[in-house]
Amino acid sequence: MTFKSLSLTAVLALGASAVQAEEVRVYNWSDYIDEELLAKFEAETGIDLIYDVFDSNEVLETKMLAGGSGYDVVVPSGTFLQRQISAGAFQKLDMSKLPNHKNMWDVVEKRTAQYDPDNAYSINYMWGTTGIGVNVGKVTELLGEDAPIDSWALVFDPANMEKLAGCGVHFLDAPAEMIPAALKYIGEDPDSQDPDVIAKAEGVYMAVRPYIQKFHSSEYINGLANGDICVAVGWSGDVLQARDRAAEADNGVEIAYHAPKEGAQMWFDQMAIPVDAPNPDAAHKFLNFIMDAQNMAAASNYVYYANGNLASQEFLVEDVIGDPAIYPDAATLENLFTTRPYPAKVQRVVTRLWTKIKSGT
Amino acid sequence: MRRLLLIAVPYLWLLALFLVPFIIVLKISLSDIALAIPPYTPTLDFAAGWAGIKAFFAGLDFENFIWLTEDDLYWKAYLSSLTIALISTVLTLMIGYPIAYGMARAPGEWRPTLMMLIILPFWTSFLIRVYSWMGILSQEGFLNQFLLWTGIINEPLIILNTKIAVYIGIVYTYLPFMILPIYAALDRLDESLIEAAEDLGCSRLSAFWLITVPLSKNGIAAGCFLVFIPALGEFVIPSLLGGSGTLMIGKVLWEEFFSNRDWPVASAVAIVLLLLLVIPIVLFQRNQQKQAEAEQ
Repeated sequence: MTFKSLSLTAVLALGASAVQAEEVRVYNWSDYIDEELLAKFEAETGIDLIYDVFDSNEVLETKMLAGGSGYDVVVPSGTFLQRQISAGAFQKLDMSKLPNHKNMWDVVEKRTAQYDPDNAYSINYMWGTTGIGVNVGKVTELLGEDAPIDSWALVFDPANMEKLAGCGVHFLDAPAEMIPAALKYIGEDPDSQDPDVIAKAEGVYMAVRPYIQKFHSSEYINGLANGDICVAVGWSGDVLQARDRAAEADNGVEIAYHAPKEGAQMWFDQMAIPVDAPNPDAAHKFLNFIMDAQNMAAASNYVYYANGNLASQEFLVEDVIGDPAIYPDAATLENLFTTRPYPAKVQRVVTRLWTKIKSGT
Repeated sequence: MRRLLLIAVPYLWLLALFLVPFIIVLKISLSDIALAIPPYTPTLDFAAGWAGIKAFFAGLDFENFIWLTEDDLYWKAYLSSLTIALISTVLTLMIGYPIAYGMARAPGEWRPTLMMLIILPFWTSFLIRVYSWMGILSQEGFLNQFLLWTGIINEPLIILNTKIAVYIGIVYTYLPFMILPIYAALDRLDESLIEAAEDLGCSRLSAFWLITVPLSKNGIAAGCFLVFIPALGEFVIPSLLGGSGTLMIGKVLWEEFFSNRDWPVASAVAIVLLLLLVIPIVLFQRNQQKQAEAEQ
């Protein structure tokens, strides 16, 4: 390239950035949206959408607390949202810019209000449960027809885990959900913030630790779908996505999800606008777009998670609205529990315990 | 004046890219955790003037470093990282040396091609290369499929998510850094020295040990440092290929930073890691200097 054409390109690039269209930057969980919706948003509003993904609340929280993340919309889960609100990381929503807010579902809003009083800072995107995904064929082959696939005993009883170890068991790498699950299994309060009670989870994990192949929060989707692993403690919709991928691949793998009967954790992923968002106006437009009944239904139909949008329910396919693994019936809903965020001191105990569980040190 | 400018450039470089970040991290390591943006206190408040600066220094202490000595997790992680880095370096040397030797002995017209082949993997993203190892090593992966097909094994081997996979990943990734300096040293080797040794009754093997190895020791040292230093703080390879039991300081640092949101303790871990690294780096520097002096 000659010098002349080089400088010409530079000038063109500069010119292009000066007249650049409006931008909105969204940071959401991986595998969590129908990508066609992103194109639709751009087409409807003319705003350029930059969409990045993460797979752990911890990564998002670190970006939020560091400040200057450059994102306009982020999606933390309930307890993380609550802590970040108290750190001053988010701005209050301007309801006058969110006419679609009328579509939201009061049943969900009542629960999310415990993290975000009056739902002033966030809207619910999706919610779900933390439970167990199994490769039905392999598990019944190893444990028999009456394998307890709807109980925490499947993954916390060493007798079961010993037999399952060979075909691969993954656990979520999310202490804020895994410790409560273990506490629930031994009949303790899963929402306990007492270090002595939390310490009891160690015994549960140490007994099954040798049989756990990996702690990871997203690999299990492909792992289950390909038949690489046969059990995963995971998030409802992710397991159901694995079920679908396996069905599409027609590889003979049949995946099922259960929220364990002893009680499973219910969580909420909330969309919020960082206090230093470069373009809060576009962020509101994005939230309003997401709260549109048909758009929200399209997202749920794609990712197999329930949403907090009542008006969207008439557009949901039967596979989603009719599946109790996604929209639990009243009895199951009773059995689901929520947790509060850990204070800093307790958080250190939890992380240390989790490191010990994972590494044996 | 010109001389001063010439010296100033590397020092400014060091100041901007090493000393300033180091002081920032050191400062955070002396702070306390807080629920705020940024998540530690105190922060320097210039508006408060002299009182603000005084309050700032009063808020700093060595609490976090004391904390590191109280929990056995940290020294165990440092030790485990040192072991993994050391074993990987030895393995890389054992594989890299013969390759470098072969390259240096190859006919002259082949050498550029061989050199190219060593550098070629860098054209693909490091992450993609580590990810492809997941495909090779997994239970349903190429390696197991191949071994099962040949009948060498009946059950698939569990390699992925173990320490073995971490060693494979580190050795594979850093091998070129071992080969290139050793090749450079061997390439400059005066072959007549070996001929002389053989004329004087040395067997080929003892000529190798008595002449070739000592003359390439600078290359060996350079290669070892280039592998050992990044392997010690490695985070990506153990988190992608290693199992949950692979304790490495890079992962501990990540947990402090991300899971505990405890920037001060994370910074303290980083400072100690840096001190651990400074020793081999200083040794490396002195080695390079000696080499340069010897050549003059």
